[in-house]
Amino acid sequence: MPASVAHTSAPTSHHYTTLGLDSRKVAIWAFIGSECMLFVSLISTYLIYKGRSIVGPFPHETWTDPATGHVFKPILNIPVTSASTFVLLMSSLFMVLALAAVQNKEKPKHTRGERVLGNSKLWLWMTAIAGATFLGFQAFEFTSFVHEGLSIRTNLFGSSFFTLTGFHGAHVTAGVIWLVTLLAIDYRRGLGSKDSLLVDIAALYWHFVDVIWIVIFTLVYLIK
Amino acid sequence: MATTARPAPEHSPDAYGEHSGLWSWLSTVDHKRIGILYLYTALFFFMFGGVEAIIIRAQLGAPNQHLVSAEFYNQLFTMHGTTMIFLAIMPLSAVFFNFLIPLQIGARDVAFPRLNAFSYWVYLFGGIFITIPIFFAVAPNGGWFGYAPLTTRAYSPGINIDFWVIGLQILGISSLAAAFNFLTTIINLRAPGMTLMRMPMFTWMAFIVQVLLVLAFPVITIALVFLLFDRFFGTNFYNTVSAGADPLLWQHLFWIFGHPEVYILVLPAFGLVSEVLPTYSKKPLFGYPVMVYSGILIAVLGFGVWAHHMFAVGMGPIADTFFGLTTMLIAIPTGVKIFNWIATMAQGAIRYTTAMLFGIGLVALFTIGGISGIMHASPPADLQQTDTYFIVAHFHYVLFGGSIMGIFAGLYHYFPKITGRLMDEKLGKIHFWLTFIAMNLTFFPMHFSGMLGMPRRIYTYDSGQGWDLFNALSTAGAMIFPIAMLIFIYNFLVSRKRGEIAGSNPWGAGTLEWTIPSPPPEYNFAKIPTVTSRYPLWEGKEVDYEDARINSQEGKTAADLGIIMPYSTIKPLLVALGLIVMFCGLISSRALIGVGAALMIFSLYSWLLSPLEPEHH
Ligand code: HEM
Ligand SMILES: [Cu+2]
Repeated sequence: MPASVAHTSAPTSHHYTTLGLDSRKVAIWAFIGSECMLFVSLISTYLIYKGRSIVGPFPHETWTDPATGHVFKPILNIPVTSASTFVLLMSSLFMVLALAAVQNKEKPKHTRGERVLGNSKLWLWMTAIAGATFLGFQAFEFTSFVHEGLSIRTNLFGSSFFTLTGFHGAHVTAGVIWLVTLLAIDYRRGLGSKDSLLVDIAALYWHFVDVIWIVIFTLVYLIK
Repeated sequence: MATTARPAPEHSPDAYGEHSGLWSWLSTVDHKRIGILYLYTALFFFMFGGVEAIIIRAQLGAPNQHLVSAEFYNQLFTMHGTTMIFLAIMPLSAVFFNFLIPLQIGARDVAFPRLNAFSYWVYLFGGIFITIPIFFAVAPNGGWFGYAPLTTRAYSPGINIDFWVIGLQILGISSLAAAFNFLTTIINLRAPGMTLMRMPMFTWMAFIVQVLLVLAFPVITIALVFLLFDRFFGTNFYNTVSAGADPLLWQHLFWIFGHPEVYILVLPAFGLVSEVLPTYSKKPLFGYPVMVYSGILIAVLGFGVWAHHMFAVGMGPIADTFFGLTTMLIAIPTGVKIFNWIATMAQGAIRYTTAMLFGIGLVALFTIGGISGIMHASPPADLQQTDTYFIVAHFHYVLFGGSIMGIFAGLYHYFPKITGRLMDEKLGKIHFWLTFIAMNLTFFPMHFSGMLGMPRRIYTYDSGQGWDLFNALSTAGAMIFPIAMLIFIYNFLVSRKRGEIAGSNPWGAGTLEWTIPSPPPEYNFAKIPTVTSRYPLWEGKEVDYEDARINSQEGKTAADLGIIMPYSTIKPLLVALGLIVMFCGLISSRALIGVGAALMIFSLYSWLLSPLEPEHH
């Protein structure tokens, strides 16, 4: 494996390209365009079904079960989700730093600050940990919803909410795996400026997943 | 037949040498060979879908027949539509995307050769997955549009629809992976001088189709995910009875995908015909920029007309008016293309080759389909026509008369480039005329049976409703297709081995793919050309002819020229296999999901961490 890992750095830019960009960079943009339509479909469905559930629990309103008289409080926990949103936002910042660190790997570093900023492993770790923390929050949110009586089968809200946020969570999971893979390469042979592209496309994906979350957070959690 | 067998030139399919044998096909990453794999597979599925159609027509040939049961009839028409759209026409277009795009833009391969192989294998496995159930009479039976809630567990409890949902999901992965690949290829691998406005029209149409695929497929992916979750995990997306779900959700999502999909099906054929007509008229394509812009306009408007499939659901006057108008609008850029083709032929030195006949056939027959399309663009008229055989007539004129005619034109035109040999023209013309007659005899009467009120998707009917004659005619026409197809297949197989040697440019065409040997060497272009015009072989400058001279030389291997080629690899196939096993697990055992996932992840990592090609020095 080490021999082949070394090859992942082989730059492909020696091939002529029309734009002068590596094709992977073009492809990731096409992929992101496609992903936009995926999330547009999910978010639209959520919005269409908003307020149309026959039984509770509901996202922003209290609901009394007519059969049992049990009162369900609004289920969305905005303070907790705000915290997880903040963590995810910070992860984008770490991602920017990780990319910069890889791009400037060979530049001489004089001060302690420059060495910290130039530590690609540190920032990749931070990004991955922030992503994993976000996922932890989501796991907590999902389990507590189920305890409070909202599952993916309960009502239209449950179905569309869990599917939408679950899809986003799956994307974050894929991103964390991607980051860990980059870390493995970094530990094995060190990521240098010639590997910028590998980190660059991962970063584009990561920022995209982050931006989608901002949209979801606004439309699902903040707007009543 | 003129099968004057001459000795094979050094570079003929017979001289592939080390590039033969099963393993070389399983591990190939060459876009041309992947194109050939697509070709054989898609032709197989085309004939399979054809057999289903023949059984349908046999059943409907006369009133009150019971050749097949009502239940099996549902499976037949569902699988006929699904097969033709997803397993025949789309992959037949992919044959040309694969084979032609790199050749037309002056590239050595697609942007991601291994991803390209992956797309093919996913298509093959997905096609097998969705086709097998019909042999056990448990095939999908909810129509190619799979309307929910009908397709939810409550109304379709059997395993039939499970195959459909999962099968389409698998095929979607193949289409999307291919679309990212071709899109990137066209954007980023054009040779120097190959500006967007010099791209051959086929590549332009292919470009637009990839954009449509990238934007439309995610929508059906989500619609299918909802259906999958409803069926397997008890979610409520289409649960109209106890959860208050919207009965139109599926229809909206499906047709937002579905209408762009019809352009995904027809634009590649438009592109092929835009190569064929100029070649055999010896004239550049008339109104090239207008052809480009009308294609783009069709794609844009194509996302704004979906609800014309839903006039009967009662959306109200505002929505009906809006979608009626946009639908009429989209006919304008479509009509512009027709006029441009006619103007291309006007006063040209026309040669009536088989490819040309199919090309002219498209112009004539697609126009008829377009006209009936405008008729049901009007909501009040559509209320009479919807769900009748009139619609069946419409979409067969656009899909058979458009897509299939164009694909055959492309097959005859490019057969010499693909195989190095010419197809027999006499048999080709018989094939054309039989197809042309069969097509009109089968589908023209459906306009009448439809107008007289015969509904779609009924497995039999009573006599005395004025439908008998038209159905008999349609059935008679349908029986001609197999004869035409057998002639084509015979011609194809024999010419492949014994046809006349074609040479690099048998038709005197003008675009880049005709500057290189037939079949092309694995590296395509010995020297990446510099392009100065739309038809480098017709109106190029000195450099174009010089490049063409270098590139038409035969017999040199990549090693001779110092060109670095990607390694062959089996890994894309293994990833595809893992994916399929995973999906199979959904309908059989949980353990299988784990096995499939493990195989997929392991092969994927091994693929991503191994180099595409030897390192440069
Ligand atoms: C001039 C452009 C076109 C117009 C105005 C048009 C209009 C329509 C309308 C209004 C319908 C719905 C009819 C109904 O169900 O009541 C329809 C159905 C259909 N059209 Fe077109 N169409 C056009 C071109 C095409 C093309 C180019 C294709 C494919 C290559 C196509 C394929 C279909 C198919 C497959 C259906 C039936 C779908 C189904 O219900 O299963 N159409 N068309
Ligand atoms: Cu349509």
